[in-house]
Amino acid sequence: MTEKKLKRKTKNVRVIPGFGLSLGITLTVLSFVVIIPLATLVIFTAGMSFNDVIMTVTKPRVLASFRVSFLTAFIASAINTVMGIILAWVLVRYDFPLKRFMDGMIELPFALPTAVAGISLTALTSDNGLVGSFFAKFGIRLAYTRVGITIALIFIGIPFVVRTVQPVLEKLDPSYEEAAGVMGADRFTIFRRVIFPEIWPAAITGFGLAMGRCIGEYGSVVFIAGNQPFETEITPLIIMSKLQEYDYASATAIALVMLIFSFLILFLVSYFQARNTKMIQGGR
Amino acid sequence: MAEKQSNGLVKYFLIAISVIFLFLFLVLPLYVVVTEAFKKGAEQYWQAVSDEYTVKAILLTLEATVFAVVINTVFGVFAAWAVTKFRFEGKKVLTTLIDLPVTVSPIIAGLIYVLTFGRQSILYPLLEKYDIKIVFAVPGIVLATIFVTFPFVSRELIPVLESQGTDEEEAAALMGANGSTIFRRVTFPHIKWALLYGVVLCASRAMGEFGAVSVLSGHLRGKTNTLPLHVEILFNEFQYMPAFAVSSILVVMAILLLIIRSIIEHKGKKETEIR
Repeated sequence: MTEKKLKRKTKNVRVIPGFGLSLGITLTVLSFVVIIPLATLVIFTAGMSFNDVIMTVTKPRVLASFRVSFLTAFIASAINTVMGIILAWVLVRYDFPLKRFMDGMIELPFALPTAVAGISLTALTSDNGLVGSFFAKFGIRLAYTRVGITIALIFIGIPFVVRTVQPVLEKLDPSYEEAAGVMGADRFTIFRRVIFPEIWPAAITGFGLAMGRCIGEYGSVVFIAGNQPFETEITPLIIMSKLQEYDYASATAIALVMLIFSFLILFLVSYFQARNTKMIQGGR
Repeated sequence: MAEKQSNGLVKYFLIAISVIFLFLFLVLPLYVVVTEAFKKGAEQYWQAVSDEYTVKAILLTLEATVFAVVINTVFGVFAAWAVTKFRFEGKKVLTTLIDLPVTVSPIIAGLIYVLTFGRQSILYPLLEKYDIKIVFAVPGIVLATIFVTFPFVSRELIPVLESQGTDEEEAAALMGANGSTIFRRVTFPHIKWALLYGVVLCASRAMGEFGAVSVLSGHLRGKTNTLPLHVEILFNEFQYMPAFAVSSILVVMAILLLIIRSIIEHKGKKETEIR
């Protein structure tokens, strides 16, 4: 039944002109920018032997870089998830001076070139920097350590969770919380039982998006990382140095592992995003 | 009463945390850029900003940004039109492919282009025959910039067009309007703000792209150096003051685009509310 209906509709919809033209242009540009380069990657990969790929990506230095990239991205995204929920809550529920300004500021990491963020965070956290000198008194180094990488990734990831949780909170009717309060629930219970179930798919989506971005991040991290092999060398940097040595096979092999990781994250994100849209649209 | 008081306490506590967090992570870095840039006075600052290589880098950045914005806008409009106004097989695959570039690490984006157009590529003999240089040349930088900002315009347009449906266009078509008239008179008024928003997003990302451009540029000073790459070179040469001076140009551009963006957002919201 529905199948038939859909088919009939297809015919109707083509009343609008421009199908051939718009799809033609779309596919042409898409081919040049995305499909051909991607196909080249596949062809190039097909020419590599499986053993070589495994050999390359299991070298201790490469494995260490996976660990550094994954760990710092995970910690930074986790911190951003907590801070993102707080920021979204503050921006949606409270009124205070400069709120609009603060809301606009959240977008800064998207707008500021990553290289600029990288060098200014490095200057800030190095041993004689504004923040770094304070920590240096206690013998804590920020720049050129994993902590530094995490700081850069926190900067990069700030907007993700805020911007996914914000619309959900805006839709959430405060009367539910009031009702729960009237019935005697304390604030923690209200958060846990009323608010949290509504926002967690959005928070996880934001976490995943931030994580995906952070794992591949290069510009802001290279300056602050110090790039010590095994310690503070991130995976994108290894790919970059392989490219500079014209070792395209190794670069591609490592890139493939990263691609698999990011597609996995993307897959999980789209799963939670689907749940999230359902929630925003009211469980249809 | 006690309940209300503690409510206020929680409120100010949460606001305080947010303000401190944003101050540390967003305001301080900007402050550092400005103070470091003017550390040696306005004259030195001006010298660094008006340096020959800096000016060339500014021009190249503008060139790549303009290319990326124009191509992605044209593409975005047609792609959004195709995706939202018609039903066809493989739509899901198409939208996934359009969104793909932003999920790929910039370094990998660069790598893909090096593999496609570099020396070991099957296309290389062809490119050499016609003397087309892409890798380590300006076209490569432009291509990389287009790639990393690829879905920015279409992604803004698709949800707007989707929620608007196809009824108005169908009615116009049945009354005999042709494609361009329908777009101009029916569709465009709906997507005006979203389109502008997408363009600004695209521009602000394009001018700051670092990783992908870095792979493809070869860092030839005065030739294939964009502003962010110029910042990197200066910083790695320990020329901190000039590096921050050049950064300050990018900061000003970023903040300008941010302001334009929030104005567009505001106006767009107002207009939909009136409707």
